[in-house]
Amino acid sequence: MSATTRHAVFVLRGNPVTALAAAGLVAVVVLALAAPWISPYDPVASDVAQALQPPSAAHWCGTDQLGRDILSRLLWAARLDLLIAVVAVGLSFVIGAMIGGFCGYKGGRLDRWVGRIVDVLMAFPLFVLAMALVAALGNRMENIIIATAVINLPFYTRFARAEVNVRRNAGWVEAARASGEGHFAVVMRFLLPNVLPAMAVQISLNLGWAILNAAGLSFIGLGVTAPTPEWGIMVAEGARFITTGKWWLVAYPGLALMLTVLFFNLLGDGLRDILDPRMRT
Amino acid sequence: MTLLSVEDLQVSFSTRNGVVRALHGISFDLDAGQTLGIVGESGSGKSVTSLAIMRLLDRAGQIDKGRVTFQGRDITKAKAGELRSLRGAAMSMIFQNPRAALNPIRTVRDQIVDVLRAHKGMTAADARKQALTLLEAVRIRDAEKRLHAYPGELSGGMCQRVMIAMAIACEPALLIADEPTTGLDVTTQKVVMDLLAGITAEHGMATILITHDLGLAAKYCGSIAVMEKGLIVERGETEALFRGASHPYTRRLIAASPTRTSTLADLADLDPSPPPSCHDRAKPGHRTGTGAGAAGETRPSMRASASLHPVRSPGTGHLLELQHVVKTFSGGVKAVDDVSFHLEPGGSLGLVGESGSGKTTLSRMICRLLDADGGDIVFLGESIARVPANDFHRAPQRRDIQIVFQDPNDSLNPRFTAFDSIAHPLRRLEHLKDGATLADRVRQAAERAGLPAELLTRFPHQLSGGQKARVGIARAIAPRPKLLVLDEPTAALDVSIQAVILQLLDRLRREDDIALLFVSHDLNVVRMLCDQIVVLRQGKVVETGASQAVFDSPRDDYTRALLDAIPHFEPAGGRLAFAG
Repeated sequence: MSATTRHAVFVLRGNPVTALAAAGLVAVVVLALAAPWISPYDPVASDVAQALQPPSAAHWCGTDQLGRDILSRLLWAARLDLLIAVVAVGLSFVIGAMIGGFCGYKGGRLDRWVGRIVDVLMAFPLFVLAMALVAALGNRMENIIIATAVINLPFYTRFARAEVNVRRNAGWVEAARASGEGHFAVVMRFLLPNVLPAMAVQISLNLGWAILNAAGLSFIGLGVTAPTPEWGIMVAEGARFITTGKWWLVAYPGLALMLTVLFFNLLGDGLRDILDPRMRT
Repeated sequence: MTLLSVEDLQVSFSTRNGVVRALHGISFDLDAGQTLGIVGESGSGKSVTSLAIMRLLDRAGQIDKGRVTFQGRDITKAKAGELRSLRGAAMSMIFQNPRAALNPIRTVRDQIVDVLRAHKGMTAADARKQALTLLEAVRIRDAEKRLHAYPGELSGGMCQRVMIAMAIACEPALLIADEPTTGLDVTTQKVVMDLLAGITAEHGMATILITHDLGLAAKYCGSIAVMEKGLIVERGETEALFRGASHPYTRRLIAASPTRTSTLADLADLDPSPPPSCHDRAKPGHRTGTGAGAAGETRPSMRASASLHPVRSPGTGHLLELQHVVKTFSGGVKAVDDVSFHLEPGGSLGLVGESGSGKTTLSRMICRLLDADGGDIVFLGESIARVPANDFHRAPQRRDIQIVFQDPNDSLNPRFTAFDSIAHPLRRLEHLKDGATLADRVRQAAERAGLPAELLTRFPHQLSGGQKARVGIARAIAPRPKLLVLDEPTAALDVSIQAVILQLLDRLRREDDIALLFVSHDLNVVRMLCDQIVVLRQGKVVETGASQAVFDSPRDDYTRALLDAIPHFEPAGGRLAFAG
């Protein structure tokens, strides 16, 4: 077992909540990846004869208004929602950390200009900005990802800028330059890795938020389009039937959404401890 | 009359890794008007003692046993309300970092007024008048104007004077000063300490001075308690203690503290476990014994080895030459103003000055981490100032000029192990790939720096300050540079570790032929390590010359002021009077 794994095990043992969240997330990811093999029905095949069936042995989570199996749709939807969240947050993290890192390191005019642009971006109501972007670009999946990435970008830029800025005059940064590193390498290989543990919390919280965001866009009809299984659409469509007592159309996708977001949020703090070598004593 | 009596005081802290004993039962008495110095190295429990007396230990710390009797009252049993009225009024404290101890968003006057109103029940108008008197008492120039200043607008020395003004505001019977001058320039230190000694003597206050600097304690304290690992190992009248120290730890501390005449060899080697190879290479002047007797024997041999410095023929040329170097920062401040000097291969030069003298800026320019605005820097006949600092990492001279940084805690990448830190310059500058060669070179460098090989796998937070300093030195010497720039490499270290590091540096110079450019505020340390001295003041060179000559007969007033300010003690029987 490597030192990193041992340390991760140590941290998880001391934080049962983090361990629970990690286990939950692993389960969600495994189920999502295995969807093509384990989902009992085709997620888009409708069977009107079976419409609006409550949960039963044949359909564990019931069926929707078109007779589609909700469990199968949930599993396939997890794939899509996780993909959108991970790619979008990954994009905004990589781009935001680099922009912020260089601004924090260099300072001066570049820093001031980027800072103001970020301020402008943050002044928009973020969800409305995402709506506008998707509406302008067309509601395809890559545009949902781009919109989600753009609205997350300011937070990463700000965060990386602040964290790099306090470290840029540290002795080890100058030492790296004396050891023959250029400015670019100093930021990429010295400063940003040191900022990573603190950013892990942000990433984790953000993943949950990005899922909600994607679901929200779909809910108001600006996200993924109709037959595709997605938690937001499922909640939106199911909402019409909640008054007639057909609770399962909304409850299951809502629960999936809530649990996934909760797991991501709980993971944050433990993740920082795992990634910070200073915690290994 | 006994003012303060500490009996068998035991303090422990509960931490993540269990309970840690900080004080193992210490006892001492302090009479009214007396001055007691508590000396010891970091981790010896000096500060914990003072915090326990004030009952200011944080939540994790607790007094397990013992009594602290102050003015006849047992403080360990006092209630929070009683303590509040005691603190500030009957006993007060001056902290290490005056800037951090003052509230940054309130004016100096408001903060003094708070103290006066809380403890003396003065009216606001009276308190304001008294605040002015106090600022005048601590001899702040233009006291009237400074009343309305915020701590951020004052220098470090000024802030410490304000702290003293607050501490004496209620004329306490006991004043505890915890490293009151750490971080201040040596001339400021002298002014602040003289002031403190004068005021406490005038008002008959008892003082506890906590310091790691034996010279300071010797100069300002009537009696001294030496602490080691939570115990008072020795206690006595200052003069008697330094003349005839009986405990080995006290003797080691005394041996490691530079005096006006000591040489590097006099500073006993206190390294508890130096790697054997270092001993094999030891020079005649290098020894492991302690005590003043041994120092007398080795001094002549050290002198002999000093004359064995590699003698260069005049034609070899300078290793480093600075020609009229200028650096102006935005706002038109000339940080470095027309500085010229040169350094021979394998030589040693000390760059001395106080904060703001431009010595750090200059060292960064020589290391080519910063561009000069004018003049030239010539290294082995080639102008290196022409290569912009941004591109210098590709220059062939990069590996020849290496630097050791001031604060060992901040000079190592927290994500690198000691091995990676030392290997980094080799990977970058000599393009060594992972493997036996790289591991060998890292081990060699670590060995030369006196770092045991088993520590190489550790991360910085798992190393002590002295070990981190050694990693920093090993990293700098790993690519076998010709010039080593040292930016106050011992300023953050205990005296015993300072002694070892200085000896190590001297050995590197003599055996590996590395020229040293030593940047420091401490003239005495520079005198021991360097042949040449350049004294800087406000970016200008005020004096240069052979170090012993500058030390013995300084020509410039500023140099003289610097020299006079160094607190010395003479264990062999100098004047050790309390400057009251």
